[in-house]
Amino acid sequence: MNTPSPTRIDRRLAIKWMMAAGAGALLVHPLAFGDAVTSDAGQPKGYGTDPNLMKPYKPGDFWSLTFTEEQRKDVAALCDVIIPADSQSASASALGVTDFIDEWVSAPYEGNVADRKVVMGGLEWLAAESRRRYGAAFAGATDAQRLEICEEMSMKAADGSALEKPSKFFKRFRNLTAMGFYTTPVGMKDIGYVGNLPLAKFDGPPADLVAKLGLTDEVKW
Amino acid sequence: MAFVTPSTTADKYDVIVVGSGAAGGQSAYTLTMEGAKVLMIEAGRNYDPRSETPMFNTPDQAPLRGVGTVEKPFGYFDATIDGGWTVPGEPYTNVSNEHGRKFEWWRARMLGGRTNHWARHALRNGPYDFKPYSRDGLGFDWPISYDDVAPYYDKVEMLVGVYGQNDGYENTPSSPDGCLLPPPKARIGELLAKQKARKIGVPVIPIHRAVLSRPLDHKTIPAKLHPGNARAQRIIAEDMQNRAACFWATSCGRGCAIRANYQSTTVHIPPALATGNLDIITNGMVREVTVDDSGKATGVIYVDKMTRQEHHVSARVVVLAAGSCETVRLMLNSKSKAHPGGLGNSSGLVGKYIMDTVGANWGGQIPALENLPSHNEDGAGGAHVYAPWWLYKEQAAGKLGFARGYHVEFGTGKGMPGGAPFLPDIGGKTSFGPGMKEDARRYYGSHIGFSGRGEMIPNKDSFCEIDPKVVDKWGIPVLRFNWKWSQHEIRQAAHMQRTFADWIEAMGGKNMKAPEPDGTKAIENGGYIIHEVGGTIMGSSGTTSVMNSSAQSWDVKNVFVADGAVFASNADKNPTLTIMALAWRTADRILEEMRRGNI
Repeated sequence: MNTPSPTRIDRRLAIKWMMAAGAGALLVHPLAFGDAVTSDAGQPKGYGTDPNLMKPYKPGDFWSLTFTEEQRKDVAALCDVIIPADSQSASASALGVTDFIDEWVSAPYEGNVADRKVVMGGLEWLAAESRRRYGAAFAGATDAQRLEICEEMSMKAADGSALEKPSKFFKRFRNLTAMGFYTTPVGMKDIGYVGNLPLAKFDGPPADLVAKLGLTDEVKW
Repeated sequence: MAFVTPSTTADKYDVIVVGSGAAGGQSAYTLTMEGAKVLMIEAGRNYDPRSETPMFNTPDQAPLRGVGTVEKPFGYFDATIDGGWTVPGEPYTNVSNEHGRKFEWWRARMLGGRTNHWARHALRNGPYDFKPYSRDGLGFDWPISYDDVAPYYDKVEMLVGVYGQNDGYENTPSSPDGCLLPPPKARIGELLAKQKARKIGVPVIPIHRAVLSRPLDHKTIPAKLHPGNARAQRIIAEDMQNRAACFWATSCGRGCAIRANYQSTTVHIPPALATGNLDIITNGMVREVTVDDSGKATGVIYVDKMTRQEHHVSARVVVLAAGSCETVRLMLNSKSKAHPGGLGNSSGLVGKYIMDTVGANWGGQIPALENLPSHNEDGAGGAHVYAPWWLYKEQAAGKLGFARGYHVEFGTGKGMPGGAPFLPDIGGKTSFGPGMKEDARRYYGSHIGFSGRGEMIPNKDSFCEIDPKVVDKWGIPVLRFNWKWSQHEIRQAAHMQRTFADWIEAMGGKNMKAPEPDGTKAIENGGYIIHEVGGTIMGSSGTTSVMNSSAQSWDVKNVFVADGAVFASNADKNPTLTIMALAWRTADRILEEMRRGNI
């Protein structure tokens, strides 16, 4: 969870507010502005503190996106090595995860700005490494080549080693891909989330499951 | 009467209520039901949960998959509007920014305030909790006892609707028959945690939450709430029928469009408006309580945020329900010839003894919960069970090293996926590909997260005051916080960590890493749990407290505080139910004093 990052209040803005407040005021507090550490100034402006929650959202609505066409292709390819289609569900890119990662690294919030550095640096490394090894963009490499490079990135790398940054990038990128995928209705169904439906009554866990685990529930309905 | 503007307010009201949350809502409800003309002033905008609650929206319909940001700390779909630990243009300051020394102040600038998103945990304080000083010599006794508040707990539970069960544990009061709604059945992970907790001596029982597990009994409850008042009975009976019972889906933190849980905007304000006795000003930031030459309150000055104009409104009585520290700020900013140190501050204690709840968190993964067959675990949109404090005897015998207790809230199960990772990455390898998809199916729903919620003892180093150098965007001087935990809280946080780690092991689970043995690191900052209370504590004399046993100012007899600022201690129980019970009691005192012509 985010915690406030204390910064100094913008002096000019504060004086402007002060003037505005004073204009119609019955009472004006004659205060000077000091150097105290305040809680809110310098807060990034993203979707604001009162967005319309009922309005359907799509990436790019609140802040502009980052990826070039080439980067989008590499991101989609990498997403799909991480979460390929199988008999139960589609691949990550088919569910809009490319757009999600783009909006994530483009967002103005502190954690997103930090991730932007990791992800953009990682994508740059991946593009260059793929060209060096295979003479092709990551998206243009063969399945076996893509798998090979991902296997290397997936291993824990020692601090200071050549693969340290690619390894950290891969872990972060994998987590973002999983977040993007499993928060869609298709991804939720894949892992067995069956809620978000109005019910006439709540039955609790199935009786055979409760018995199988050797448990009992004294609450009766 | 209804939503009004500065130009349509009445010349004079019986009562002005500053704030619209649990305290403001309950005050306005009780006063208007009994015929008083009330003006409620809220600093944020109007808010209609029926049309503004994103009930079934999935995370992919939100920016960043709905995870929290500084602008929406509890996530995009959380009900909070214009709120959080920071509010743009409305700063506060801290003397120290060190972990454990700073206070993080949560506000919600919207009609209904924090009640729109709260966890709905509605626990009664027990008899010990009103007399802590008498038990261990620390902190303060309240000037009232559990028996004084119990009838109001009964009424609030019947009015708002609370599910739960009477289990008879020490200092964990039972409610009379007819007060509680049946608790929902426990989820599978909750049952497992309960069974295995026996190994470490921790009891797990149904929690009390302000959620309608069944419709309210509109035929019998109204007469119990408003004996002899046929009109009030009719209004609340009708309103109760317009509240649906829980349909067992969506998180309560989003608010509830069908009015199945308690928020001031769905439970208190609609019937209060139906009386015709309530006016509401929104976007009105109250900056000062005005007084006459004798020092008696005459009304308030507020800034209309839409025009930045200031306005004065008059009333016989002023009730402060702005949220504990906001109430303190308002009193300290209300300086006059009669009250040079701030309204009602002859004791010098306004702002002193602010408290939060001690919080520490921990989590683990439970193999017994892997790969369970899917079933709907949404339930009541929050916890179904919890562990009340269980070590009273050990504590009394001096075996624990800290004087007050905590309860444990925990979460398990296949809730709607959000941003949390649930992949174990065994051996440090980042899993991916078809194997990762299998991992996700196996591990999703097999985690458990614990939150300890403990009592903080009031101390002289935890207080707020007016910062002499900073004003907010409305030109109103802001609060500066001073904060310090005592060893009682720090050791308690370390004890929580040990308990959670033992509990995870008892469930056959894996702790993600070793628990934090250092309480100064395990404990959250003050304010982080959003249970701020104290600052105008009630007591038995005007030199040792700010308010009397009726939550009436010792100095100014027509000023009352209805929010948590009057708490003389902060039990481990979540404060909202007690705030509402005290607000009802205070409103009864106000009505009585007005009838007698004393105010």
